[in-house]
Amino acid sequence: MSQAREAAARAAGASRWRRRLRWTSRTLATVAITLLGLLALTFFIGRVMPVDPVTAIVGEQADQITYEKVYRALGLDEPLTTQFAIYVRGLLRGDFGTAIATGHPVIEDIARVFPATVELATLGLIGGVLLGVPMGIVAAVRRNRLADHVVRLFGLAFHSVPNFWLGLMALVVFYAALGWIGGAGRVSLHYIGVVPDVTGSILLDAMLAGDWDIALDAFRHVIAPALILASGGMAYLSRMTRSFMLDQLNQEYVMAARIKGLSEWRVTLHAFRNIGVQLLTVVVLAYGGLLDGAVLTETVFAWPGFGQYLTSGLMAGDMNVVLTCTLLVGVIFVTLNLVSDVLYRILDPRTR
Amino acid sequence: MPTSVETQTNAESPQPGAGIRNWLTAEIPGSAVQARAQRAYFGWIRFLRNPLAVVGLSVIVLLVLAAVFAPWIATHDPLVQNLATRLQPPSAEHWFGTDQLGRDLYSRVIYGARITLYIVLLVTALVAPIGLLIGTLAGYYGGAIDVALMRLTDIFLAFPGLVLALAFVAALGPGLENAVIAISLTNWPGFARLARAETLIVRSSDYIAASRLQGASSGRIVGMHIVPMCMPSVVVRATLSMAGVILTAAGLGFLGLGAQPPSPEWGAMLSSGRRYMLDYWWMATFPGLAIVLVSLAFNLFGDGLRDVLDPRNE
Repeated sequence: MSQAREAAARAAGASRWRRRLRWTSRTLATVAITLLGLLALTFFIGRVMPVDPVTAIVGEQADQITYEKVYRALGLDEPLTTQFAIYVRGLLRGDFGTAIATGHPVIEDIARVFPATVELATLGLIGGVLLGVPMGIVAAVRRNRLADHVVRLFGLAFHSVPNFWLGLMALVVFYAALGWIGGAGRVSLHYIGVVPDVTGSILLDAMLAGDWDIALDAFRHVIAPALILASGGMAYLSRMTRSFMLDQLNQEYVMAARIKGLSEWRVTLHAFRNIGVQLLTVVVLAYGGLLDGAVLTETVFAWPGFGQYLTSGLMAGDMNVVLTCTLLVGVIFVTLNLVSDVLYRILDPRTR
Repeated sequence: MPTSVETQTNAESPQPGAGIRNWLTAEIPGSAVQARAQRAYFGWIRFLRNPLAVVGLSVIVLLVLAAVFAPWIATHDPLVQNLATRLQPPSAEHWFGTDQLGRDLYSRVIYGARITLYIVLLVTALVAPIGLLIGTLAGYYGGAIDVALMRLTDIFLAFPGLVLALAFVAALGPGLENAVIAISLTNWPGFARLARAETLIVRSSDYIAASRLQGASSGRIVGMHIVPMCMPSVVVRATLSMAGVILTAAGLGFLGLGAQPPSPEWGAMLSSGRRYMLDYWWMATFPGLAIVLVSLAFNLFGDGLRDVLDPRNE
């Protein structure tokens, strides 16, 4: 080993570190700006867009004194920049306001309802992956054949169905007519609070406690909304899997493997191993889409999660609830995007 | 004006008659008009080869016809209540049954086509020009303008569509017009991203440099040379996004934040049908089927359009 080569290797290592550092700092700056932008947007929605935020709070009939008190309490006599600074400082202290309906701080309410949404969205994601990925593979392998068209139409159909309507139909058919699934909520009323809360998922908690009646009941409640969320994930993931697989199947190594005489099954397996990283990054993104879908699905099934909390806040005209939920979803989205980017850079050697 | 190429694609159907056919398939077009007509003709032929896209287009045509001729197609007045015939199942008299106020559901679904079309067209008319403007400016000027505009779109894209639309409607108040504004506010960033990407591809072409050398102003270059190049992908994007707009509008209507009763908007009909659906299944079934059919049609049509208009997709 000559010294020159070692020096060159060290220099290459150093420049790699520098590149990594530059990527990290640029990504962090982008994320910081985006987060600040999210705050500005929710501030704008809450304070600027309503024609009169004071009337929105005190109502039309309030007298002049109350009106001016609230006007000053909201800091509306300050310039907009000062108001924004006050708003951000409040949020940084964890002050997201109080919910009208419950009287609790919004952030506590959300912490309480969020596990229900995580349970639902996670099951939906698992379902979406288990359905969508095999469908995408089949569509790619049987490109332009009947199976491909069926998968495409199937995916497009579920992409075009409003998931709240699927929920209504599931309730009409499988709950009211057939009695196969449970109705509203996470478990039947008489089972609420029976098993100790360990994981945040009643289904898992009941299994851990060995109470199979409750586990079955929870399953009967979660299956319909979870499958409906899964259908959205399935539509997205089957489309992405198909295009990733087609990219791989057009590569030369696939041709080489075929010439070598490998079976189609083995060739497909090879190609699939190479789309793993890409697939993981879109699965992470799909999770964000499921949170969006959860809003209306939860409302239909009276699933006591974050989506139902948001829509009931909307009905009550409670801007604290609406804006905190909006902000939270935005932050989760930005985080998932970041996670997806980072995973891709760590796991795919070509990006190094 | 090269802008009109795309719009001709579907407006022109091949006429029977050998003269026109020869004119359309001539090896060497004799004029710009003929060349454009030929492109549209061959695009149309290619479009016809995609049966699903043709189905989508047919459903959209039916939707437009239903909206325009609603008073003649509907069997009843969509707003007239008749408590004597409330909650009746589908029959020869009421094809989709009646609702809790005795209104004919079939007629309401037909009139609902008007509202759906109104929302979709208004949102597209608002969103596509804004997205085009922001995207082409960001792409053409680059630098600080680009960074600022793209950060702005990133912020809007950081929210899932429905949640942001809900927040806007919460601030603006419920109603059809506010729903349109809210959906538009969440919909433009996709167009801006697309227009910017197209602009970046076109910007460094020789013909842009040539027109700049001839002394064309930036506004002229963007308006006359860059925007037309963005049109095919923007048209495709607009068609596909119409499906999403329909779903979001229906979701807002379902939550009671969009069109207000007694308006026969499909989402709002589902919202009132929800309370009765466990005993009267038809109330929630037919408006939902209408939403699915139209949304699917826009998706299928958009897919077919992309194959014709976007050569990179082959």
